[in-house]
Amino acid sequence: MDKYNDLKQIASKLRISIIEMLQEAKSGHPGGSLSACEILTALYFKEMRVDPNNPQWPDRDRFVLSKGHGAPVLYAALAEKGFFPKEELMSLRKIDSMLQGHPDMKDTPGVDMTTGSLGQGLAAANGMALAGKLDNKDYRVYALIGDGEAQEGIIWEAAMCAAHYKLDNLTVFLDHNGLQIDGFNRDVMNIEPIDEKFKAFGWHVINIDGHSFEEIFAALEEAKKTKGKPTMIIAKTVKGKGVSFMENQVGWHGKAPSQEEAKKALDEIGGVVND
Amino acid sequence: MTKMIATRDAYGEALKELGGINEDIVVLDADLSGSTKTAVFQKEYPHRFFNVGIAEQNLIGTAAGLATAGKIPFASTFAVFATGRAYEIIRNSVAYPKLNVKIAATHAGLTVGEDGATHQALEDISLMRSLPNMVVLCPADAVETKKCIYKAAEYKGPVYIRLGRSKVPVILDESYEFEIGKGVQLKEGNDISLVATGVMVAKALEAAKILEEEGISVRVINISTIKPIDKDIIIKAAKETKAIVTVEEHSIIGGLGSTVAEVLSENCPTIMERIGTMDTFGESGDAEELLEKYGLGVENIVNKAKKLLSKKMD
Repeated sequence: MDKYNDLKQIASKLRISIIEMLQEAKSGHPGGSLSACEILTALYFKEMRVDPNNPQWPDRDRFVLSKGHGAPVLYAALAEKGFFPKEELMSLRKIDSMLQGHPDMKDTPGVDMTTGSLGQGLAAANGMALAGKLDNKDYRVYALIGDGEAQEGIIWEAAMCAAHYKLDNLTVFLDHNGLQIDGFNRDVMNIEPIDEKFKAFGWHVINIDGHSFEEIFAALEEAKKTKGKPTMIIAKTVKGKGVSFMENQVGWHGKAPSQEEAKKALDEIGGVVND
Repeated sequence: MTKMIATRDAYGEALKELGGINEDIVVLDADLSGSTKTAVFQKEYPHRFFNVGIAEQNLIGTAAGLATAGKIPFASTFAVFATGRAYEIIRNSVAYPKLNVKIAATHAGLTVGEDGATHQALEDISLMRSLPNMVVLCPADAVETKKCIYKAAEYKGPVYIRLGRSKVPVILDESYEFEIGKGVQLKEGNDISLVATGVMVAKALEAAKILEEEGISVRVINISTIKPIDKDIIIKAAKETKAIVTVEEHSIIGGLGSTVAEVLSENCPTIMERIGTMDTFGESGDAEELLEKYGLGVENIVNKAKKLLSKKMD
């Protein structure tokens, strides 16, 4: 039996939640949420030290969704983990909901940082990691940035800073699905060679397949063993992963599925869950 | 002889004292620690000081992250970079999540002097006070600055503190009590009220002295909290004196003058005059000469006050 079967099931459940909540919300970002399902599953269901009953636990590991528009995958993971009831997911983006269009730490149990304006989450993650070092705490800080997000200037300010302060308690995933709102990264504003850029900024860089649990966990182990520098895990992913008609389609960056499209998507993902 | 101390110097001293009292105080700077005086803290508590280099966006973002973990970060750079360069990080990573970050910005206003317009923030109050959750402080002298910094550290939530480069007279004594959200009447009077903030409070007091010699009874009010504004003290002044003059080293658009005008027009419409920079950038020059040239000298305050009173009599 596949050693990651349980986690794969969870990743599929997150995908189902994403489709369901976006269809209900009638807006939101499916592409970049679906591409990060394995990363979030690996973090919240194996790697991170968190307690859904004590979201503010000072010694918990932190996660910052710097690409805040990926909120649906974070909400799906937090609900699945038990930070709040899954029924709440259906209130996404609606008035008075605790689930804002982009993550809000004041409203949502388990959200460690308010994000949505690209690039700022990485700087906040730096601050969390610095605080951990200052207090001699052993918690780790994780962040997820997008590939288009790497075009923001603050990313490079923060990258320089994390290396300067030797933040080896900071591990960042770059969800490298190759697409941003206006098209392919390479056409809008080329970010390559992105791994070499982070290496040059003093980071330990690991390239992986972002949908392979084996590679994700190997990279996380390597990150923990890496001393004196932060780790950037460049995760090659497929935007819209798991829903054939959304995969690699820039049109699905920020568009909710219709009822019919959602049904088709859920049938595809459900097939995986029932395997 | 009046002692002359820059508010930034008092800031450095306050940080050093606070650092010894509260372990959670951390200080961040963006390569200006000698000028902002955070270096005074760094010398005492190097492990709690973080220089992020010339990177103001990351300065504020990192401070926000430290605040999520229970630290009380004071982030410093020049006012123009803090509120301009990093504005949107302040908005989305500090004000919106109401994180406990203190932005202590120095070199505000024309009194930056010789560095000129690029370095003279004249719109920082306007930018900061329009942000929900943000408290905006602008202390008048060294004594008040220290008290402001202590209160800002006690208060849970975002605070913007506006400080200056140039030495200014110490006009308050140690018994002076500062409270966030409270204006303080420094001088009684019933003809006209001078409502001033920051380093202009000393100028307002000087102007009041001259006006008194000419037989005009002048009330002087120090508004060191621009937000939340002390409505009561302003309304009271409007009711008890004939006219209000606001004085600030900031644009008349969006700063103290606008704030007071908002309070008055909603509660007690009163004839008023706003003294500040008149929708213009500054330029290089000696700080005092710049204040004169841009209408912030004592003589101009006196003239504007007299003109306003005569308008009232018409």
